[in-house]
Amino acid sequence: MARITASVYTSHVPAIGAALDLGKSQEPYWQPVFAGYDYGKQWIKEQKPDVIFLVYNDHATAFSLDFIPTFAIGTGAEYQPADEGWGPRPVPKVMGHPQLAAHIAQSVIQDDFDLTIVNKMDVDHGLTVPLSLMFGQPEAWPCAVIPFAVNVVQYPVPSGRRCFQLGQAIRRAVESFDGDLNVQIWGTGGMSHQLQGPRAGLINKEWDNAFLDRLIADPADLAQMPHIDYVREAGSEGIELVMWLIARGAMSDVAGGPAPELKQRFYHVPASNTAVGHLILENKQ
Amino acid sequence: MALNKPYLDLPGTTIFDAEQSRKGYWLNQFCMSLMTADNRARFKADERGYLDEWAMSEEQKQAVLDRDLNRCIALGGNIYFLAKIGATDGKSFQQMAGSMTGMSEEEYRDMMLGGGRSAEGNRYLGEDGDAQPQHQPQGKSKGSN
Repeated sequence: MARITASVYTSHVPAIGAALDLGKSQEPYWQPVFAGYDYGKQWIKEQKPDVIFLVYNDHATAFSLDFIPTFAIGTGAEYQPADEGWGPRPVPKVMGHPQLAAHIAQSVIQDDFDLTIVNKMDVDHGLTVPLSLMFGQPEAWPCAVIPFAVNVVQYPVPSGRRCFQLGQAIRRAVESFDGDLNVQIWGTGGMSHQLQGPRAGLINKEWDNAFLDRLIADPADLAQMPHIDYVREAGSEGIELVMWLIARGAMSDVAGGPAPELKQRFYHVPASNTAVGHLILENKQ
Repeated sequence: MALNKPYLDLPGTTIFDAEQSRKGYWLNQFCMSLMTADNRARFKADERGYLDEWAMSEEQKQAVLDRDLNRCIALGGNIYFLAKIGATDGKSFQQMAGSMTGMSEEEYRDMMLGGGRSAEGNRYLGEDGDAQPQHQPQGKSKGSN
């Protein structure tokens, strides 16, 4: 059967992608950011996932105000990197996994989560920056990716509780797939940042680190935190962190298994306007 | 019955909810149109003419022409949509975010390098942090840019 072996959490700051694409990753400003992913790059080479279920948000790229799905699963065969206004990032196209994605869609919808199914869309920095951080700059991404877009742009976004429950449903869906696949689930976005208004530039290091502590040790309790706490403490765009609870909800311990092993924890301020956080949690076999 | 909006007491912050989205519909859809190179070129060649193709309010058009992002947001714009204007102008997200504080680009960058803006005094309207209305604009030039 297919199984979720690990979860990876990371910010997806667009400037990180730009720094890499423009060859600036060794500059003093960026070097400490990329260094935080050196372990992960090595780790994932050994893990060799077949599929990454990548939870991210679209930033007014594939989804304008024409339609705003709360949860959208990509069931297509491939996705092009989007032109977000600066021209498309020079990264490989993203190959999907239509069979597993369609299976997850059917299972999760039957489990009462009303997903939007998307066969055609471009993917923006929310999806490609995490791939770049973990894989560097390969000719082709080394595995399939199922894009899973969450609305965190127009309020109200889904609650942390709902995201955590959805992660559990995704885990059940993956485990009922007849195929021997090593699947990772990634939760991206955050950490504290605010990109708008006179409060732009807000960073809350203490709050972010408490979030990481709780995500690792007591995610069910963390999932109860209301939206307003994210916004007040971690900035209007800090709300992206609810997406990390989808990935965390898919880990074995939430379904009664052993606690996951913490393989990497990294935190750095700043990357442009944003606090960068990164975790790797591995399910014990 | 009124909707639950627990976020109206945040200083210096506009939450893009259904009401803002409704107000800013055409403004944001105009921004989306800048995602193709052809439209970016057309907009740059004649900004006013391009804006007149959209069912935006005069206030919204003026705010775009002025590149007044705070005003754009008050009129229903969302930062991820408005970022397409910045991209068209060759601005980074940091330049765009900084422009809303009144700080110079250098002041804002230095604030971020110093660990960012503190949440202290900036959680609720009525406190005394640097994002509060009584302390705007921020920065040494006091918003003369």
